Amino acid sequence: MKILVAVKRVVDANIKVRVLSDETGIDMNDTKMALNPFCEIAVEEAIRLKESGSASEVIVVSIGPEKSQEQLRTALALGADRAILLQTDQVIEPLSVAKLLAKLVQEEQPELVILGKQSIDSDNNQTAQMLAALTGRPQGTFISQLSVDNSAIHITREVDNGLQKLSLQLPAVVSVDLRLNEPRFASLPSIMKAKRKPIDRRSAESFGIDLSPRIKHLKITTPAERKSGQLVASVAELVGKLKLEAEVI
Amino acid sequence: MRPLVIAEHQQQTLDAATLSTVTAAQQIGGKVDLLICGENISSVVDQAAKIEGIYQLLVADHVCYKDQLAENTSKLLLTLSENYTHIFAAATTQGKNLLPRLAALLDVPQLSEIIQIIDANTFVRPIYAGNALATVQLEEATILATVRSTAFDAVPFCDDQAVIVYLDDVHENDLSRFIAEDLSQSDRPELGAARIVVSGGRGMGSGDNFSLLNNVADKLGAAVGASRAAVDAGFAANDMQVGQTGKIVAPELYIAVGISGAIQHLAGMKDSKVIVAINQDADAPIFQVADYGLVSDLFESLPQLEQLL
Ligand SMILES: Cc1cc2nc3c(=O)[nH]c(=O)nc-3n(C[C@H](O)[C@H](O)[C@H](O)COP(=O)(O)OP(=O)(O)OC[C@H]3O[C@@H](n4cnc5c(N)ncnc54)[C@H](O)[C@@H]3O)c2cc1C
Ligand SMILES: Nc1ncnc2c1ncn2[C@@H]1O[C@H](COP(=O)(O)O)[C@@H](O)[C@H]1O
Repeated sequence: MKILVAVKRVVDANIKVRVLSDETGIDMNDTKMALNPFCEIAVEEAIRLKESGSASEVIVVSIGPEKSQEQLRTALALGADRAILLQTDQVIEPLSVAKLLAKLVQEEQPELVILGKQSIDSDNNQTAQMLAALTGRPQGTFISQLSVDNSAIHITREVDNGLQKLSLQLPAVVSVDLRLNEPRFASLPSIMKAKRKPIDRRSAESFGIDLSPRIKHLKITTPAERKSGQLVASVAELVGKLKLEAEVI
Repeated sequence: MRPLVIAEHQQQTLDAATLSTVTAAQQIGGKVDLLICGENISSVVDQAAKIEGIYQLLVADHVCYKDQLAENTSKLLLTLSENYTHIFAAATTQGKNLLPRLAALLDVPQLSEIIQIIDANTFVRPIYAGNALATVQLEEATILATVRSTAFDAVPFCDDQAVIVYLDDVHENDLSRFIAEDLSQSDRPELGAARIVVSGGRGMGSGDNFSLLNNVADKLGAAVGASRAAVDAGFAANDMQVGQTGKIVAPELYIAVGISGAIQHLAGMKDSKVIVAINQDADAPIFQVADYGLVSDLFESLPQLEQLL
């Protein structure tokens, strides 16, 4: 089984971003970038499927600026076999990402495509579902368990009121949630080895898909800050304030 | 304007998130329709027919919609969409599973988690875990969005009865199949709609210790939430996670116990009206958003709190 994993370069999860004072965007100057945490989980799952003999090849793909190579190298160091970079300096919306990925699915014919459930920058949570629709494949979103059984996969999804189990015929598209696995750290030898693995670089524009944004960003603003509160000295004081001052209990 | 809202329900009752989504749709203007899919859903239909300001109630009652598989419902919606200027779903796991699939079939973009409607084409939504707000505008034949329910009040019920239209389209697929579900059973209020939420983090130390929190919650009639660290450690169920990638809550009172206050956690609760933090580390970032902070060992303060309530 061939697996395609889509990975995105995003601002590191530990950084609290700042909005530019002219409200045109986020301050990206010297901002630490990383592999989207959900994509890391997606890569880890693909590698585990390869290690267990269920998968034969793991291909990672990223759509973004040239520097997305760094995240592809990370994925290669974790154990992916080869990488594809669809290079573009435009902001690519989920629908266009899904269309580009659908083209790659056509070319590569992976039985399983694994994505993150959400990009932690744009917080969209859309691409996997869109790709599944465009390729006519079944979808398994927000999964916390996956097992392969011949021509099907069995998945557990994290849903608002608990867990749901589905069975999907392959080929399928899944998006991973936090508790699917705990990604490994790349070892030094594997980081060295990853430098020799191939990255196939192509222009995202070369696919003949209209990638221009359809959602116009009028402005990006900072949400209202909360007023700083007070420390209380005891539980009794806390209960008193909640009753008499805040009047919430 | 002609908005459609996709309802969510638990077979017998409508979800509170749907009522907020209807309010958002009514802000668009025009006649708002509501679609209910499922199997044996007559009691939900009775309830929904009395939502104030609903024009038509579209009902698709068939076994193919029982499990709310996106593969099936997206195809049903595809046949309806040309009648509508907007299609809204709640920003729940169900809405997020379905709406992007429909968007791709329609070849339109989709907005996630809108929190404000400026006009029929202009919306505000949080990005970067709520550290920035984007005002976005789009011109599309049909505008698709998921709605963050904490940002809109629930629509009231009334005595009038909406027109009920039964749809008999059947959309099945043989690629995805429902196997089983393991639903959380709780007598406490639902997290997203509770007036008070008490949440525990890694500081709780174990799942058993969550009983300290449950006792306080029971006294307050509160829902119980958790941080990702507490869920990952197995102290709490996955559906209790509050945060950027879990549930978003905005109760009157949020009590965070043994939670440090990471960006991703704050994203899920910082719009609560009053925030209380109990943490033994005075430097924990949660105190920066708390209205009332108590620097103490939770194993001492939770039993005291339970007693004083
Ligand atoms: C992609 C991604 C998504 C994420 N999504 C979410 C999300 O949706 N929700 C979420 O919550 N997190 C999320 N996180 C995780 C987040 O970054 C933090 O790791 C997590 O919130 C920490 O949980 P915590 O505060 O319980 O644990 P910790 O940060 O370990 O804090 C524990 C706190 O307990 C206190 N404590 C310990 N013992 C006691 C005691 N006896 N009495 C009082 N206080 C005590 C400590 O002082 C400490 O402040 C996400 C992370 C990533 C990367
Ligand atoms: N530019 C991109 N390049 C590669 N994969 C992406 C890109 N954008 C989104 N994805 C994939 O889609 C998932 C969900 O992203 P989103 O729908 O933007 O929240 C991510 O975790 C990735 O797996």
